Amino acid sequence: MEWLVASAVGIMTAAGVYLVLRGRTFAVVLGLSLLTYATNVFLFASGRLAVNMPPVISKLASGYTDPLPQALVLTAIVISFGMTAVIVVLALRSYLESGSDHVDGIPETIEHENFESVPDAGETRR
Amino acid sequence: MSLALIVMLPFLGALLPALMLRAGRNACATSTFTVSLLAFLLLLTHAPAVFRGEVVQAGWEWLPQLGLNVNFFLDGLGFFFAGLILGIGLLIITYARFYLAKDDPMGSFYTYLLLFQGAMVGIVLSDNILLLLIFWELTSLSSFLLIGYWRHLPEGRQGARMALTITGAGGLSMIAGMLLLGHIAGSYDLSVILQHKETIQASPLYLPALLLILGGCFTKSAQFPFHFWLPHAMAAPTPVSAYLHSATMVKAGLFLLARLWPVLAGTDAWFYLVATTGLVTMVIGAWIALFKDDLKGLLAFSTVSHLGLVTFLLGLGSPMAAVAAVFHILNHATFKAALFMNAGIVDHEAGTRDIKRLGGLMALMPISGTLALLAAASMAGMPFLNGFLSKEMMLEAAAHTAWLGQDWPVPLLATLGAVCSVAYSFRYIVHVFFGKPRNDYPHIPHDPPLGLWGPPALLVALVVLIGLFPAPIAGPLVATVAGAVIGGPLPDYHLALWHGFTPALFMSAIAIALGLALLWRYPALRAAWQAGPHPDAKTMFQASIAGAVALAQRGMHGLHNASLQRHLAFMLGAAVLLGGAAFFGASHSPGSRALLPAHPVAVIAWLLLAAASLAVVCLHRQRLVALLTVGVVGLIVCLGFIYFSAPDLALTQISVEVVTVILLLLALNLLPKETPAESSLGRKWRDAGLASLAGMGVGGACWAMLTRDAATLSGYYLEKSVPGGGGTNVVNVILVDFRGFDTFGEIIVLGIAALAIYALLDGALQGAVGRKLAAWVPDQKRSGDRHPLLLVVATRVMLPLALMVGAYIFLRGHNVPGGGFIAALVVAIALIMQYMASGFGWAAQRMKVDYHALIGLGVLVAGATGIAAWLADHPFLTSTFGHFHLPLVGEFELASAMAFDTGVFLTVVGAVMLALANLSRIGRRAECLPVCAAPRRPPLQPTPNQAEEA
Repeated sequence: MEWLVASAVGIMTAAGVYLVLRGRTFAVVLGLSLLTYATNVFLFASGRLAVNMPPVISKLASGYTDPLPQALVLTAIVISFGMTAVIVVLALRSYLESGSDHVDGIPETIEHENFESVPDAGETRR
Repeated sequence: MSLALIVMLPFLGALLPALMLRAGRNACATSTFTVSLLAFLLLLTHAPAVFRGEVVQAGWEWLPQLGLNVNFFLDGLGFFFAGLILGIGLLIITYARFYLAKDDPMGSFYTYLLLFQGAMVGIVLSDNILLLLIFWELTSLSSFLLIGYWRHLPEGRQGARMALTITGAGGLSMIAGMLLLGHIAGSYDLSVILQHKETIQASPLYLPALLLILGGCFTKSAQFPFHFWLPHAMAAPTPVSAYLHSATMVKAGLFLLARLWPVLAGTDAWFYLVATTGLVTMVIGAWIALFKDDLKGLLAFSTVSHLGLVTFLLGLGSPMAAVAAVFHILNHATFKAALFMNAGIVDHEAGTRDIKRLGGLMALMPISGTLALLAAASMAGMPFLNGFLSKEMMLEAAAHTAWLGQDWPVPLLATLGAVCSVAYSFRYIVHVFFGKPRNDYPHIPHDPPLGLWGPPALLVALVVLIGLFPAPIAGPLVATVAGAVIGGPLPDYHLALWHGFTPALFMSAIAIALGLALLWRYPALRAAWQAGPHPDAKTMFQASIAGAVALAQRGMHGLHNASLQRHLAFMLGAAVLLGGAAFFGASHSPGSRALLPAHPVAVIAWLLLAAASLAVVCLHRQRLVALLTVGVVGLIVCLGFIYFSAPDLALTQISVEVVTVILLLLALNLLPKETPAESSLGRKWRDAGLASLAGMGVGGACWAMLTRDAATLSGYYLEKSVPGGGGTNVVNVILVDFRGFDTFGEIIVLGIAALAIYALLDGALQGAVGRKLAAWVPDQKRSGDRHPLLLVVATRVMLPLALMVGAYIFLRGHNVPGGGFIAALVVAIALIMQYMASGFGWAAQRMKVDYHALIGLGVLVAGATGIAAWLADHPFLTSTFGHFHLPLVGEFELASAMAFDTGVFLTVVGAVMLALANLSRIGRRAECLPVCAAPRRPPLQPTPNQAEEA
């Protein structure tokens, strides 16, 4: 079971990393979502895995899993929603402003990937 | 405590001028004057103690772990300098009131001046050298503001930048040197450091510490080769020049040399570094001053020269020379401040400071002329004025100093400096005030009002009085200050006009004769000088700065070409490298924890997750499909939470999942639906390699962690949850009780995120973007039925039920899975469904709740719950709970944590709704025809046409 969880974390991380390295904002957002899952599961797993031992105090319970990582991950889920929302909106606004959803803001007309030229000091590339 | 108040008063008072400016310029100047006067009077109350030789101390601990304490002490030296700073400050404040033009912002001038004054007083009264360093940096910053006060002048801005660069760099060197010094002495308190002369001078770190500290002192006090910033700082208004360059800023370096004199002076390194630099600076400064046509430029280089003189005296390391140094600091402050103010008067009245355009002013402005005559004669070192006395002492000291075994270089150079000093001082008098009056001044000059000539007159009176009666007037002060500098018995000296036929008198006579001769042959001298090379420090400085910038840019652009994509690849690559290095540098024994058996269903779920992750990667260019596939991964993560005993996480995950998908769908509505294929094969392989390595690293770390046992805190929480927090759901109790402060921070972050989203989206409705949005053409075919009846009815029927479920989840949260976060997400989903099904216009008309207010209210409720604990004398967010009995309902529990959870609930609902509602508002703007600016109520069963509008 542990192997399944660990490898799932690894797969989600790999997929997330690949996607955040893409050039378009939407792929980056999806990649960040996957990385968020991976991170949250990793954090959650730091309490080790336990089946049928929810941390709800009861006379019938045979044992409890570690509640602290769960509390941390719970807020992390909500905060990462906030982060995703800000990034999506940032991407949307920048798309509306520049007409491009490339992370480097390259206009659609310039279709080459390795943008090597250096902007002049004091001027931002449009 | 009054010591700290002396330092704090100017800082506190710095607010006044800006406020008082509304009451007029006089009120502004008066309030500034009053602040300085109060500080000055407070200082004077300590005078009796200081003159008795006592050291007044005050202070408290700030960061004792770092050795940083707010310790002040006042001895003779500190008293002297603080007196100069505050006393001359009073004169400058008066002078500036009449000097500043109508359109100069007076409030900011006085604010900067007081900030600077406070920083300077802080330097001279600090006992703790770390505290001193803070004030030292503050003087660099506030003098930057003062020098660049006329921000419309390019010279002002350049001069300010140059001063900040040089003194700031020196400040860094000073920090390093002071840290070394404190390290050697084992304490950062000056009063302790000053007791450890032997330890410090014997330490191998003595020389590095000395070099670094001198780097700070020499830059601040404009010693060669760092002298060039000072003349360029003359672009400042004259009161600033008079203040910074006669009595304060440039004296800070001298102050520190004098302050550390007891522990640093006396070695060969000290003598050759400090005395030589001082001597060279004295001669070079005086020589250049002779050829400056700008009055302030002349005075600036003269200041450089006189600072060199004092540095030279301190560098000699003998008590006698230290007395002379102290005396000359006093004398220089009086005549130089008077001369700077005089130069300002000439500039103000005649409209120019160019010596070539001046001359014959004595007849037109007799008062100012006489004052200038006396002050400049003192600067030249003429008898019966105070400059003569200290210059004699300097020459006397120089006459007895050998340099590398040779007797002649020091006396020769000192005399040469004195010759130039006489020449430029008399040039100031002769070429400006004597000669025939001209008729081509920019303005017809006449004597200024009392407010302008009064302050220099006071100083000139001192110049004359000290010159005539040195012992009665300056004697006690010099003795006290010199005693504090030397830190031991005073040498046998006499402040007197006549010492007999000494070598110094002889050198003085030569200096005056030769100096006057130079002035007599000035045109020839100047022609010779102009033929020679003139290295321009400003060009060199700018070239070196430009070179440094170019170098930094080359280095930066080599790594980072402003492509975020590439930047991120570098960062991830670095992370992978670091992780790899750690991995291969450690041992790799397998873990010993007993593993759980893999359930077949779990294997299927794993397969689904792996396939979905892979699918997202392969299909990410079809955005909608990719988004849905990510949702599959989220759902399996959610299932995992359920399986591994985390019901709260599963509930949160599923509701966040729904909200996130809605959010991304709303954004995707306006974003392109497809990603163009633009990654080269090479880049794809590179990213795939990076991703595989990262994935293996994280997965491996997770595996290593899961197969090992570790100590955990969970026992504490499980044990205390019911008796301490009154809830059986430990996760919820941790959130709202044990770690409530964390949660409080998190909801604030979430609220800020929502407000940022609002700001980003609200801004998109205006301007060019707004027009672009209004002209937006949908890139996908729209359904004819915009508000499907089934969905509309279903969401409306579900709404009360959903709210009910939300309330239920909220109420039960403390004891069974649920709580504020989850309830808020459920309620938010129910509400947002109304927007989706019935359209933004319909929903916005009915939901009058202001989501901003909801966020604020939530944070306030949570905060108030925390503060309520204070009323019962408990720390912030201490919780309490009790059991109550109501008829019919039965026994139930109320916990204060519930109020806190209400705050969480409100904030999360507000934040989610603010984000999503605004996103749909943007979408509506994009699809709305210009006709339907105002929301209209669509009928329950909209026709396609009406639906378009809503």
